Order: sequence, then structure tokens, then C-alpha cells
Amino acid sequence: MTPFTTVVGAAVPLLMDNVDTDVVIRIERLTALSKHELGPYAFEVLRHDADGRVNAHSPFDQAQFKQAPILLTGPNFGCGSSREGAVWALQGLGIRCVIAPSFGDIFYSNCFQNGVLPLRLPYDVVKRLAAQTSDGQEMTVDLTACTVTAPNGDALSFEVEAPRRRALLLGLDDIGMTLQQDGVIRAWQNNDRMRRPWVWSI
Amino acid sequence: MPRTLFDKLWNEHVVQELDDGWVLLHIDRHLLHDLSGPPALEEVAARGLQLHDSSLAFATVDHAVASQPGRDGTTYVPGGKLWTALKSRTRAANVRMFDVGQPGQGIVHVMGPELGIVLPGLTVICGDSHTCTNGGLGALAFGVGSSESTHALATQTLRQRKPRCMRIRCDKQLNDGVTAKDLALHIIGRLGTAAGVGLAIEYAGSAVEALDIESRLTLCNLTIELGARCGLIAPDEKTIDWLRDRKFAPKGTAFEAAAKHWRTLRTDEDAAFDREEVIDATSVPPTVTWGTSPEHAISIDGTTPDPMEVEGSGRETLRAALDYMGLAPNAPIAGTPIDWVFIGSCANSRLSDLRVAAEVVKGRRVAPGVRAWVVPGSEAVKRAAEAEGLRALFERAGFEWREPGCSMCVAANGDQVPPGQRAVSTSNRNFVGRQGPGARTHLASPAVAAASAIAGHITDRRSLG
Repeated sequence: MTPFTTVVGAAVPLLMDNVDTDVVIRIERLTALSKHELGPYAFEVLRHDADGRVNAHSPFDQAQFKQAPILLTGPNFGCGSSREGAVWALQGLGIRCVIAPSFGDIFYSNCFQNGVLPLRLPYDVVKRLAAQTSDGQEMTVDLTACTVTAPNGDALSFEVEAPRRRALLLGLDDIGMTLQQDGVIRAWQNNDRMRRPWVWSI
Repeated sequence: MPRTLFDKLWNEHVVQELDDGWVLLHIDRHLLHDLSGPPALEEVAARGLQLHDSSLAFATVDHAVASQPGRDGTTYVPGGKLWTALKSRTRAANVRMFDVGQPGQGIVHVMGPELGIVLPGLTVICGDSHTCTNGGLGALAFGVGSSESTHALATQTLRQRKPRCMRIRCDKQLNDGVTAKDLALHIIGRLGTAAGVGLAIEYAGSAVEALDIESRLTLCNLTIELGARCGLIAPDEKTIDWLRDRKFAPKGTAFEAAAKHWRTLRTDEDAAFDREEVIDATSVPPTVTWGTSPEHAISIDGTTPDPMEVEGSGRETLRAALDYMGLAPNAPIAGTPIDWVFIGSCANSRLSDLRVAAEVVKGRRVAPGVRAWVVPGSEAVKRAAEAEGLRALFERAGFEWREPGCSMCVAANGDQVPPGQRAVSTSNRNFVGRQGPGARTHLASPAVAAASAIAGHITDRRSLG
């Protein structure tokens, strides 16, 4: 996993509530394409109208937000389906950090599994950042210092749970860490076989 | 200290305490389907690892398999690749798979309980957000992405932090003709689709205790639409009776030993919740959605909202939703003409759902111009429904009877509502484009969906005479 330390760049604003993962990436793209091919289809229902023409109001196709590594969005971003393809599609667009007041729980976990930082900040702060970056001005997200720096130099601190922060900073892999505990897991299972035999006689 | 049901289930599965309140949580059952199963199995193999406990994993094909009569695994060509991958990967990993046409195949959240793979008190995961359905049996069940699925296949555990807990107490009883689906949509409409973020939800109270098991699965199914990963109902004698003699449930004295334990799985009196909500079940009407979020739920006798009455970004959200749905503000939802009816999905495709719909349909005809589908949730549901004459009843009325799977709920198998057309659907998501690009979805119970198919517009059975 690519470590996440500091990201500097433009921030694309999608100031909508409850953006679900079906909107981030359509299901038929997941059946047809591999994880590295999803970027061009991220947010396609917002980026194109029903006839397939590019929607001029979509922020993703405006010149100042092309390749923006940061997404600014509304509450409950990533609700709905558990599809990890939503994170892969964001990565395909070049996004490394999503800033929102809150996130769908499964999407939130999926981000950390892929080196994407989901950052919770109050909606008025998100909107203020969007106003300051509306012409493509760069902002900074620094996970080492746990600060977001707006284009005008204002710095805000944020919190990320310590184990998740550590894993992101170092690009650590959960599976490798857990496998080191395999003796503990197997001892627990042997005990559980006596305690709850019906779980195991299957 | 008094503990909640969720506390008990959580604590029973902690293998090891990690830093900062995180734990290694044991996973007792891992369900795999054609969309999320192959990538996770492939990743385990690519890392040179093996499944930690292949006997605890089960697979079926549901998302991208065709629903048309006479189908096989490759009828829907893009899904054929996933079907082939799931078959070969599960064979290589020694995982039991329930294939097309076999008893056991079905929507993963229908077949898991039906086969007794899911039991009270177990931790259950699947790469699918509606895994919360299984909480209806008193299992701690939640959806995960591909990476967590891979982690659990390789280690039989997940790294998790305990969520906070909310209880939704539903007092008194639902009125006649009001179902678990109406209750779920009503709760989401009232609390909002982000109310459960970071929480596990226990449903309790007399109206929940009165629900049959399949209705409990329906109620828990929509928990993710409240923003919560996990919904729970304490197991009781109904749960125990329902599970007895199921294929993978324990048998004989082993079953009785398990049942003894299951009877302890309930919230202690005086246990504290981080949040509690109380619903008066008698106040729940037949409920439908008008918009593009499950929280856009209103009484079937209600009207669409007026964006001008809302301030801030909410106004634009409502306006966009009305626009997408092709609806005017302040308009009665009943009487809205429809093009499609879909009875199916992990929310409402079980035998009891089909019986409710059949009772409404019996002796009537689908309105001209409406296409109406019934997609049973599993091969077992399909066979049972056919044996008791439901298929014939639906077909006589003009419904199409399809093969089991997710079908038009998620439109991953080519089953789509055409652009601009309006569907009443017993599924759980009315997101933009969910049932196909430009499709307009109204979520409802099987009873409302059936009545709407007959009338040709959104209605409930009261208007059928």
C-alpha cells in the first residue's frame, strides 16, 4: 500500500448530502472492468446527462479540478453498497483524500485499506475550504502533523484513530500484521470449539 | 454491569485486544457471492496464502447471474466470467458453493439463514452491505469490502473497533396491512439515512417481538439504509423453532445445547445504550419512497415535499431528487402512474413476501402497460412457491416469474428498468441509477407493490375494492 504522508493540490467540490457508492461507480463497471480501469467511470451519472453528453455543471470535468487529489463533499459520503470499487474509482481519478462531515461506515474502512484518507471536518469548514479553492488553489493535508492548511494559510487540526494513522503513514498491511498473531487465533479457536461446538460442526 | 445484546456478541468474539480500543474479532461465517467473492479469493491466492478455515465459508451466485427462465451461469455474458471465477476459486479453496439450479442457490442473505449457515450469536460477514439482514436471527452480521474480506479469509478475523450502540424500540403493534418493510422505511424516513453512522442498532419492543422471522430479516435488511453496518434482534423461541432441522443447523443434543446458549443472548435490563429511539408502531402507515434516498419515505397517503420550505443545501437535494423522479412538489404520491413492478431482492423475496403479494393479486390482472416481475430470493423459495401454486397465480395475473437472484434490485445482471420509467420495487435502494441509468424507483412493501401492479399506479390494496 502506498504510504500517505502529505498531499498538496487542488480540491474538487461535490457539496451534496448522502452521495452513495452507486453514484461513485456503477455496478456494471465492476462486473466488466478490473480495479485499475475504473477511474474514467467515477461519478459517471453526475458527469454525463441521460444522453451521454458531458454535464457542464459537474465539477470533475472543469479544468481547475482535473487531477485534484482532494475531494470536498457533504455528510454521509459513501453510504450504501460496500463496493470497494468506489475507493478504487476515486483513486483512478487521482483522489488521495476525501474531506466530509461524515462517511458511510463501510466506505470509511475501505479507504484505509487502500491508502486513501477519509477526513471528518464540520460542514461549514468543508464549505469554507471549497470557497477558497474554487479556482483550483492548492491546499495541504498533512497526516504527519494532522493538519489541513487552506490556501490562505489557515491551519486546522484533525483527528484520525491512532492505529489507522500509523498504518497509513507507513503503508502497513493489516493481513501481514494479523498473520503474526496466528498462534493466538488458533488457541482461541481451540478453546471456542469446546465452548461453542455448534459453530464448528458444519 | 448490565450488558446489551451487542456487547455480549462482541465480547464473545474478541480474540485479542489491540491498541486504542481495537480488537481482533473472530469471524464465524464468511459468505461469498459472484461479485465480491472472486476478487477476495484471488487476492488470498496472489499473496500465496490459504484460507484459514475453508469450512466456515460458503458461496453462491446471485448478483450478475441472469434471471430469465432457462438461464445458466453464462446467459448474462459479463456475469459468466464472474460465475466461472467463483466456481474455480471456490473449488481450489475447498469452499462449498451453491450453484445455479441447485437447492441452496439464491440471494446470499436469503440462502444463508434458510440453510442454517447463519445462527444466533455468530459473527457473519460478506462483501455486501446488506449482510446486516442476518441480524434478524440474532447474529452479529455486517458487510465488508474486498480488503476486509481477504483479511478474514486469510486469518478468520477482522481488525475492528467496537461501534456505539443504538436501540430502536417499537412499542405496541403494527396495524393490519402494515409490514416490516413499512416499519423499516418509516424509521429511515423519520431518523434519516445517516442516523446510524458509527452505530450498531438493536431493534426491540413488542412490535418487533411480534414479527415472524422472515419479517425480522426484512427489518434488519434496511439497517444499512440508516447508515449502520449492523442491525440486531434478540433471538427467541420463534428463532429457535425456525432454525430447527435446517440443513447446516446443529442437530439433536447439539441443537439443544446451542439453543440454551441462544436464550441468554438478550439485552440485560438496565443496560445503557448510546442512543435510544422509540417508535409507536400503531402510527406506522403503509410507506413508500418518493425520491432518490431511502430517507425520502412518506405515507402512501402523503405528498411529495416542497423544496421551498427547506433552507440551505437540503433545498437543492430535494429539488434534484424531484427532478430526477419526474415529480412535482406537494403532489400526492398515490395515483402516480407506473411502468414496472419488481417483487424480489434480499429485502422482500422470501416465501412469506410472495404469499402476501399473491393474496393481493389473486383473481386480479396486472394493469395494461405495466410489466411486473416476481424474482424469488432462492431456489428453495422458488420451488416452495411453485409447489403451493403461487407461480401459477402470479402468471395467471400477468406477472413474469423469474429465476432466483438479485436481479433488478441492483441491475448487475442486465435486468434494468429503462431510462425515465417508473418502478415500484420491494428492494431497499432508490439511488440515482440504481435500477438502471435514469430509472425511477419507489421502494415499497410486497403488498403495496402488488396492489400498484394491479392498479397501474402507486396505491395500496384499500383502493382495489
